[in-house]
Amino acid sequence: MIARVFITPKKGVLDPQGRAISSSLHALGFGEVEDVRMGKYLEIRLGSSSEGDPAMRVRAMCERLLANGVIEDFRFEIDQENPGRGA
Amino acid sequence: MKWGVVTFPGSNDDHGTLHVLRHVLGHEAVSLWHKSRDLQGVECVVLPGGFSYGDYLRCGAIARFSPLMAAIADHAAQGGLVLGICNGFQVLCEAGLLPGALVRNRSLSFICREVSLRVESVANPFVNMALVGDVWRIPVKHGEGCYIADEATLDQMERDGQILLRYCRADGTRARDPQESGDYNCNGSLRDVAGVMNATRNVFGMMPHPEHGADPALRDVCWPDAGVPDGLRIFQSIAGWIADRGQRSAVDSMR
Amino acid sequence: MAQQHVDLQVAREHGLTDDEYERLTRTIGRTPTIEELGVATVMWSEHCSYKSSRFHLKKLPTEGKRVVQGPGENAGAISIGEGLAIVFKIESHNHPSYIEPYQGAATGVGGILRDIFTMGARPIASMDSLRFGSFAHPRTRYLVHGVVAGVGGYGNSIGVPTVGGELIFDPGYDRNCLVNAFTLGVVEESRLMSAKATGVGNLVMMFGSRTGRDGIHGASLLASAEFDDKSEEKRPTVQVGDPFLEKLLLEATLEIQKGDLALAVQDMGAAGITSSTVESAYRGELGIELDLDQVPLREQGMSAYEIMLSESQERMLLVTKPENVDAIRAVCDKWDLESAVIGRLTDDRTYRVKRHGKEVIALPVDLLADPPALQRPSAEPAESTAEFRLDDLPEPRDYAQVLRQLIASPNLCSRRWVYQQYDHYVGAATTVHPGADAAVVRVLGTDLQVAMTVDCNARYTLLDPYLGACLAVCEAARNLVAVGAEPLAISDCLNFGSPERPEIMWQFEQAIAGIRDACAAFETPVVSGNVSFYNETDGRGIPPTPTIAMVGLLRTPQPLTPWFKAEGDVIMLLGRTREEISGSEYAAVVHGNTQGLPPWVDLEAERRLQQVVLEAAGRDLLRSAHDLSEGGLAIALAECCFLAPEGIPALGARIRVDETMRADAFLFGESQARMLVSVRREHVATVRDLANEAGVAVAVLGDVGGGMLEFDGLASVSVAELRSVWDSALEKLVNG
Repeated sequence: MIARVFITPKKGVLDPQGRAISSSLHALGFGEVEDVRMGKYLEIRLGSSSEGDPAMRVRAMCERLLANGVIEDFRFEIDQENPGRGA
Repeated sequence: MKWGVVTFPGSNDDHGTLHVLRHVLGHEAVSLWHKSRDLQGVECVVLPGGFSYGDYLRCGAIARFSPLMAAIADHAAQGGLVLGICNGFQVLCEAGLLPGALVRNRSLSFICREVSLRVESVANPFVNMALVGDVWRIPVKHGEGCYIADEATLDQMERDGQILLRYCRADGTRARDPQESGDYNCNGSLRDVAGVMNATRNVFGMMPHPEHGADPALRDVCWPDAGVPDGLRIFQSIAGWIADRGQRSAVDSMR
Repeated sequence: MAQQHVDLQVAREHGLTDDEYERLTRTIGRTPTIEELGVATVMWSEHCSYKSSRFHLKKLPTEGKRVVQGPGENAGAISIGEGLAIVFKIESHNHPSYIEPYQGAATGVGGILRDIFTMGARPIASMDSLRFGSFAHPRTRYLVHGVVAGVGGYGNSIGVPTVGGELIFDPGYDRNCLVNAFTLGVVEESRLMSAKATGVGNLVMMFGSRTGRDGIHGASLLASAEFDDKSEEKRPTVQVGDPFLEKLLLEATLEIQKGDLALAVQDMGAAGITSSTVESAYRGELGIELDLDQVPLREQGMSAYEIMLSESQERMLLVTKPENVDAIRAVCDKWDLESAVIGRLTDDRTYRVKRHGKEVIALPVDLLADPPALQRPSAEPAESTAEFRLDDLPEPRDYAQVLRQLIASPNLCSRRWVYQQYDHYVGAATTVHPGADAAVVRVLGTDLQVAMTVDCNARYTLLDPYLGACLAVCEAARNLVAVGAEPLAISDCLNFGSPERPEIMWQFEQAIAGIRDACAAFETPVVSGNVSFYNETDGRGIPPTPTIAMVGLLRTPQPLTPWFKAEGDVIMLLGRTREEISGSEYAAVVHGNTQGLPPWVDLEAERRLQQVVLEAAGRDLLRSAHDLSEGGLAIALAECCFLAPEGIPALGARIRVDETMRADAFLFGESQARMLVSVRREHVATVRDLANEAGVAVAVLGDVGGGMLEFDGLASVSVAELRSVWDSALEKLVNG
């Protein structure tokens, strides 16, 4: 089982990296770029656990460690089949 | 008084901080290992600069789960003093002991240089050997020191005197328009914030490094005979406050 | 996997010469296995074996009364008194940095740091000598950004201050940049560690990072061959650094040393397990037996060949008595590091390696570690540089404009943009920060202060490698003296083109002779160093670049600094100015002329100048001191006016011009053996007498004061304006 976690800067939080990428894209002629937000992507390989629903467990991981609620949002998906690219 | 300096894996300024506390200030200072839960009876805990756990997920995000951090949270809950410098500030924000967060510098580059700081508030344990409006010079060295918090939090902290230090120009002035603060605000922090205290006024975090602006032997190479180094005033403020509190409680108990 | 067949063709593909393959098969009397071929190839690569340079390196002076450890270990060491030694070395990471600048530079810093703490010394300062092509070349900006970020990224994270260095731009480096990293550490002399394996039956352990497939064949492929169009495709052989892990490795290694738990420690640099184990066994005149099944791996299914040649970073090797294994494991556990016993020492001087219970390598240690030194042919290049005639350069009409132009030029403008990305405070020991003639770091717990600098003017070495190498040593010594330090020893990083070309070998021999003579004159032995050949692309080599890292001990209670201190102080020039312009930055930048000879070398004059300045500094007669080098007198004066830290007001100067020579030679010529000092008026006579007694020319040039830098009758420029142009130029160039 693979959990794919996406962490992004909260709306309104300064994202200097996203802004730098956005202006680079403009400089390269991609004028249609309106905004870039840069975040993190994590692949978490999960074994079986007796601690309960995997989705609840992954949510807890995000809340406790993976994302900082002051500045970041997160979302995730759980893939039962695909072992993921990193395996 | 007795100080404790935390060592996380990846702490770098622990040695320098201990040096200043022991040999410049002449106090007792012990090293606190992150896997321990024992604060050894210290009166002020210092979380030093560095790259705890490589700062790999977010700065300070992993260090906050060290066993020692639970003991530090208890110490703070009982009114004990905690000073977080640079990475230590980041750890305190991640642990929820201070409001806000520190993100990548607006320039996207690591910045190492001396900056000017304006003293904003002096009725507190950390910055009291100064007058409001004094300008200090203390070095910064960080890649993720841009302080952010929501507007309401910033307003409330301003009102309650929790912002103790702000980046400013050498003459102590600040830009009216935040867009023009780039010449002195080295990381893009909102409202030029360089150091903040919690609501119960016993936990303080700052991005500049007082321990690197504290030793007269180093400072004298550039600024001979310039009085007490500004960084040292932070440590002296804390020591003075602890001494006063000791006297007050001694007087209280005699009554 | 079926055993891969080995023959001459396979050996050639690995990079072995026919002679080398013949020697391998003849010595062992059979066809080597593929693992044996791989191990022999990396051990005999230029990078590991120094086969082209060894014969010549023997000519360098390596002994002196302070030398505790000369060349031959991971780094050199000299005694500084109070039972302490400083351990230092400079090393190149040129090829990897050109291919992947961030990781190349970062792992270069990581490698040199390991060399120092492997000796048991805690690293206290690093420096970097960086050379890039001109800003006209499309890759230059990309490389500068990546390399500077990589040096900072690693050094800042591990908590060792980067206190100085040099940064040079020259079209000669357009297609081969140079990244030379230096680190200095401190150790109690009696606790210096060695990489020499001792004691048959003792165990060989690895600790630190797991072994993966990264960097396989880096040593032989990247650093021992020239570049061509396909070099970009070699990216997979570049390693990725983990400074956090190395910080743990550093602390664990020093803890192991403190507990006397290891008999020998060796870092795994180029050619990983292979080179570290072969070298340890060779130094101890022993054999070694390794079981690769015990090596902690990052990826499954790695072959013996891959494990042996992996250059995964942040790994260490140690030799210990069996009874200390548990204590070592405990230290590693404390720092969350993996450790494993991977082999033992034997007495048969054979290098044996097993994988899955089967022996895949059995070769004589001496065969691997001691290939014959080559004496490659050398020949002075046929085409001599066109003659330089001073009269061909028109004298400028507007000297103020020339001064502005030079001070904003790539090699003379402020390096602030670079060093403000480096942590130079950590350690609480830096007394002189980047931007001065040399960096100074105090040794905590003592009154000792160590000065260090890294220098080479490759425009000089290209014009004349002997003179240029001499001058690199001279300038390094002057830079130390300028902060009040006595020069003690050097480490050299010799960056050259392909040794297979006779004219490159000639340059190399000449440079060695220059270093030898200058080091002999100053009694500064060479205690460590590194040779980097094959810095060339499509047959065009870099300018010969023997980078000199020199260290010294402060002879004054506080370091001297270069900036003027007070209005009314008197500016004095020590040393003789000749009418020489060829080879100067001025000739190159203003006139586009890079012909002729470098400035005159006079080692005796250098030595006397050093003595006078140290004597005057020791008697507290000097308010400031600054070396004269690139850009000559005018640039040095400008720097004295505005090098003061932010917040200290800049001071101007009024200078009398010497009318016995061309004004441009006086202002911008780069005559050597000169220094600029400022003194209180009442000390002028004493300093003059000291100089006269020592036979050093001395002239009162003018006074400190005002806000202008004025050259009587020639030019007058506002110091604030000069400072602002100088300070912002590099940032504009690298972002332009």
